[in-house]
Amino acid sequence: MPQKGLLLRILEHDTGGKIFLAALTVVAVLLPVLNLAVPEGSALHVSTYTVTLLGKYLCYALLAIALDLVWGYCGILSLGHAAFFALGGYAMGMYLMRQIGERGVYGNPELPDFMVFLNWQELPWYWFGFDQFWFAMLMVVLAPGVLAFVFGWLAFRSRVTGVYLSIITQALTFALMLAFFRNEMGFGGNNGLTDFKDILGFNLQSDATRIGLFLATAITLALSYCVARYVVNSKLGRVVVAVRDAEDRARFIGYKVESFKLWIFVFSAMLAGIAGALYVPQVGIINPGEFSPLNSIELVVWVAVGGRGTLYGAVLGAILVNFAKTYLTGALPEVWLFALGGLFVVVTLFLPQGIVGLLRRRRRKAGLKEAAT
Amino acid sequence: MMLLIFSASPLQAQGGGDPAFTALVGQLKDGDFNDKARTISDLEASNDERAITVFKTLLAGSLYYRKDDGRVVSVKEGGDAYQLFDVLSGESLGEAGRRDVKKISINNYLRGQLRGVIARLSLSHKNTAVRLNAVKEIVKDIDADTAALLREAMSAETDEAVLEAMRVGVALMDVNSADKSTRLAAIENLGGSLLPEARLRLDALVVQDANKEYAEADADIRRAAAQALSHIESRRQIYGFLETVFFGLSLGSVLLLAAIGLAITFGVMGVINMAHGELMMLGAYTTYVVQLLMPNHIEYSLLVAVPAAFLVAGIVGIGIERGVIRFLYGRPLETLLATFGISLILQQLVRSIFSPLNRLVETPAWMSGALEINSAFALTYNRLYVIVFSLLVFAALLLILKKTALGLQVRAVSQNRAMAKAMGIRTSWVDALTFGLGSGIAGVAGVALSQLTNVGPNLGQAYIIDSFMVVVFGGVGNLWGTLVGAMSLGVVNKFLEPWSGAVLAKILVLVFIILFIQKRPRGLFPQKGRAAEG
Amino acid sequence: MNPLSVFGKRRRERARDTAGAERHTVTAGEVDVSHGPILYLENITVSFDGFKALNELTLYIDDGELRCIIGPNGAGKTTMMDVITGKTRPDSGTAFFGQIMDLTRMSEYEIASAGIGRKFQKPTVFPQHTVFENLELAMRADKRVWPTLVARLSGEQRARIDEVLEIVMLMAQRDLRAAELSHGQKQWMEIGMLLMQDPRVLLVDEPIAGMTHQETERTAELLTSLAGKHSVVVVEHDMAFVRSIARKVTVLHEGHVLAEGNMDEVQNHPAVIDVYLGA
Repeated sequence: MPQKGLLLRILEHDTGGKIFLAALTVVAVLLPVLNLAVPEGSALHVSTYTVTLLGKYLCYALLAIALDLVWGYCGILSLGHAAFFALGGYAMGMYLMRQIGERGVYGNPELPDFMVFLNWQELPWYWFGFDQFWFAMLMVVLAPGVLAFVFGWLAFRSRVTGVYLSIITQALTFALMLAFFRNEMGFGGNNGLTDFKDILGFNLQSDATRIGLFLATAITLALSYCVARYVVNSKLGRVVVAVRDAEDRARFIGYKVESFKLWIFVFSAMLAGIAGALYVPQVGIINPGEFSPLNSIELVVWVAVGGRGTLYGAVLGAILVNFAKTYLTGALPEVWLFALGGLFVVVTLFLPQGIVGLLRRRRRKAGLKEAAT
Repeated sequence: MMLLIFSASPLQAQGGGDPAFTALVGQLKDGDFNDKARTISDLEASNDERAITVFKTLLAGSLYYRKDDGRVVSVKEGGDAYQLFDVLSGESLGEAGRRDVKKISINNYLRGQLRGVIARLSLSHKNTAVRLNAVKEIVKDIDADTAALLREAMSAETDEAVLEAMRVGVALMDVNSADKSTRLAAIENLGGSLLPEARLRLDALVVQDANKEYAEADADIRRAAAQALSHIESRRQIYGFLETVFFGLSLGSVLLLAAIGLAITFGVMGVINMAHGELMMLGAYTTYVVQLLMPNHIEYSLLVAVPAAFLVAGIVGIGIERGVIRFLYGRPLETLLATFGISLILQQLVRSIFSPLNRLVETPAWMSGALEINSAFALTYNRLYVIVFSLLVFAALLLILKKTALGLQVRAVSQNRAMAKAMGIRTSWVDALTFGLGSGIAGVAGVALSQLTNVGPNLGQAYIIDSFMVVVFGGVGNLWGTLVGAMSLGVVNKFLEPWSGAVLAKILVLVFIILFIQKRPRGLFPQKGRAAEG
Repeated sequence: MNPLSVFGKRRRERARDTAGAERHTVTAGEVDVSHGPILYLENITVSFDGFKALNELTLYIDDGELRCIIGPNGAGKTTMMDVITGKTRPDSGTAFFGQIMDLTRMSEYEIASAGIGRKFQKPTVFPQHTVFENLELAMRADKRVWPTLVARLSGEQRARIDEVLEIVMLMAQRDLRAAELSHGQKQWMEIGMLLMQDPRVLLVDEPIAGMTHQETERTAELLTSLAGKHSVVVVEHDMAFVRSIARKVTVLHEGHVLAEGNMDEVQNHPAVIDVYLGA
């Protein structure tokens, strides 16, 4: 089968990726069974809450892959990646909003509740088309993509690099947050978009839809992983790493560095947008808080903890840190920020290559010992 | 210190004194309303300043006498009992039951008389501020009688500001006169004033009713009034402009305070300190703690807080440098992440110790109030002081860098680290001190911020992005660039605000900076030369 | 003004006129060297903070020639290379590659793709890539984004990389990460990367720093063998090395050409003696 051949070729030398994809497959098969087929009283039953939680983690994992592409491989530390995630989320949210139709509190068939509340008479032009699923999905990638393109084009062209770029990206997401908080923007202001009813006709509250969303997320994550792996394995991937390590040198052997940065940045923003779009129907809300600079920087620590420049490290980090977050904010809310802050310090000081780097070093050491004996 | 003296109320009556005057005050409780009127006239004639206090108390209905000894007192109602005070000295005389005292009653005629007398006395008061306030009070609610008072007082008045206000008062009456030339002259007078009453009156002259009928029949008067209004408007615009500049400079000075510390650590050490905002927050909380420790000396608390905050933030800064940053030199992105982690820890620390709620930091008396230039333009003292303070800090820092041994070494290290090291400069020591200095300034900035905004765990975050923008805009490693950058961003922000709203103004400024870097990637004042190329 | 430069200018202007007439023979993107020189630097001035790194520099490099450029520190050698490769824009003056390509209007990657390769003074390689990958990245190819994404190495290309690996003696280190190479090996790998680019002009900045005597000899051999097919410009301090390879030497001093000629002529030039030995 040619498909399988392609997949194997992509995953050649990628042990971490193989393990990750295998684990993902197991979870994606088991979870629906344990949720739908096993009766609720059974010890093996997995609650819908857990399914949704895991689905959320998978969205974060996808977001982490997106960041790893630009940071781990291209050396662009974006502190604004949550903005692309949120934009994708808003695009999905707008579709879900339009699906509510007459079932809103005010029962207006056209306008979402918050617009009726603001006394708006008609839908703003940028809300048109969002009643169509295909259009919304297009926007999920286009909105972050266009923003990343415009921003990246401006930034890379004038050779804004390093910490400067990081700060500017942070300013970007900060500005967007402020903008989306405004009611006049037409995105629900403070409260954002919520009270969704159904997606493609399926009730969002039902267990089956939840499982469906989870599976869609898992499949998208797996596909995105493979595409990202293909990209970093390609010659383009090698150029991008070359740009990270010696930007000038890449220029002097004839690569238009700005274009490569822009390409990977836009690609990454689109992945982030997709992650956001999968995230919103599962958590049921999108609000301007998603743009907050803290979110973006938290995302950086996921990748750092897992190990950047490996893709599967990003996945690992995203899931581990978020698991810890869920646990700590529930059990010891005071401790969470200490832990997160400490994580930043510890990882940068002692684990520059993350957990993956640590494992690799262990293995190499073990290998050396073996060779010695 | 001068301010402390000024701010003490000049009206405070002196206790004890003149027995004849005290006797007159005692008479107020006797006789019918006619007798009281006579006593009031006598009191006025006595030329004693304390009479104003008595009259005001009487007018307010708070003047009572004790039934047992007949002493005239001022009374504050509180629950079942009355608080008694000496009417002249204000000293407390303890409590009394409702039935132990009797109110000295007055009628409308007396009220009118009292108002006139109070006005007359105030208008001839020897303190200019009191006279000006009196005139303003009168102008608010002018009638023929008070206008006559003003006319009378004008002849003796020497202060230009008081005279101007008086002219407005008189003009407000004259506008209603029958004589056209008097009216025109009055309108001209009104046009020269910025008091809101003048504008309101002129507005009334040019309005049309629903049937397009003018309230004022005379076209000449209307024209003159319109002219006077436009004159007022243009002056108000100028003052409005100045006010915006002032607010802009005030915001700019806050940004400057926030950014210069950052400029040092970023410029000299190439280190982005994301915890800089939290060091400012520590400074603000230090102010809070200092005030807790010296609740009876709030006036001096800031003088103590400035060095204290410098030390606290500076020491924490040195701790951060020694503990984390020095292991990360040459890895700016990692430094950024690590210091961000530290900022989270500091925030949570403050939240755990002081609670997540905002803390109240008191403003000393000498920092409250405003320097009133005229009725359209006033400079609030707290902002004024922050501007001055930020410039002082800036100058001090400049001096340190230019004149001291540390400054020399800092500059040497920032220009060529390897060479400086080779020449025997202990770069690690310079790094720690530089970082401490930058952090200390952040702490000092926090003291200033505590006087302008709420002190809470998120205080630092609100300013960190803005101050980075200042550094980026001004050019890294250039203090003058930081000054110009901070002030221009502050002013631009304030000018955009009324036009676009505060949030949009912020967004516009951010977009502007992003575009600005296109043209000048190294800021307004880039470091020049071949070294900067590398 | 330097009389030579007037002559040079005329040379190119005349060339341009005729270039118009025979345009049909010049394909776009190809370097027109029908008039001898491949690089024309004329009256170039670059200043940093008032310090003139290059001062009215005029220099021509002929197609296929091997030119050595010497001069004391701060003479402007590296700045000159920066101008040619587009890293630094001159304040005034012109720089042409062949007859038509104006280097002062091209960006670094355009200049590189047009056929000017550069080896830096300090070896700069891609440390995380293997030696093979370093060469692969440098290889002459369509270096736009999308073609790069789908690019796959052909057998021919692999063979070429291996061939260059042989030339630079790094076959054994083929799959080693570049970061693990010694300083001299990095120098060689950079030369290999230059070869992979297959440029018309090679700018080589201090190629033998950190090399053993044997390696130096090999480098000299390699550079001389490249001349003819390529134009080679070598900046070097080591006089013995320069003597061993040089046919024509240019001496730079304070941002302009002090003397030009073969090694002996240059060494006996009074101005050169003055600068190197006098004062």
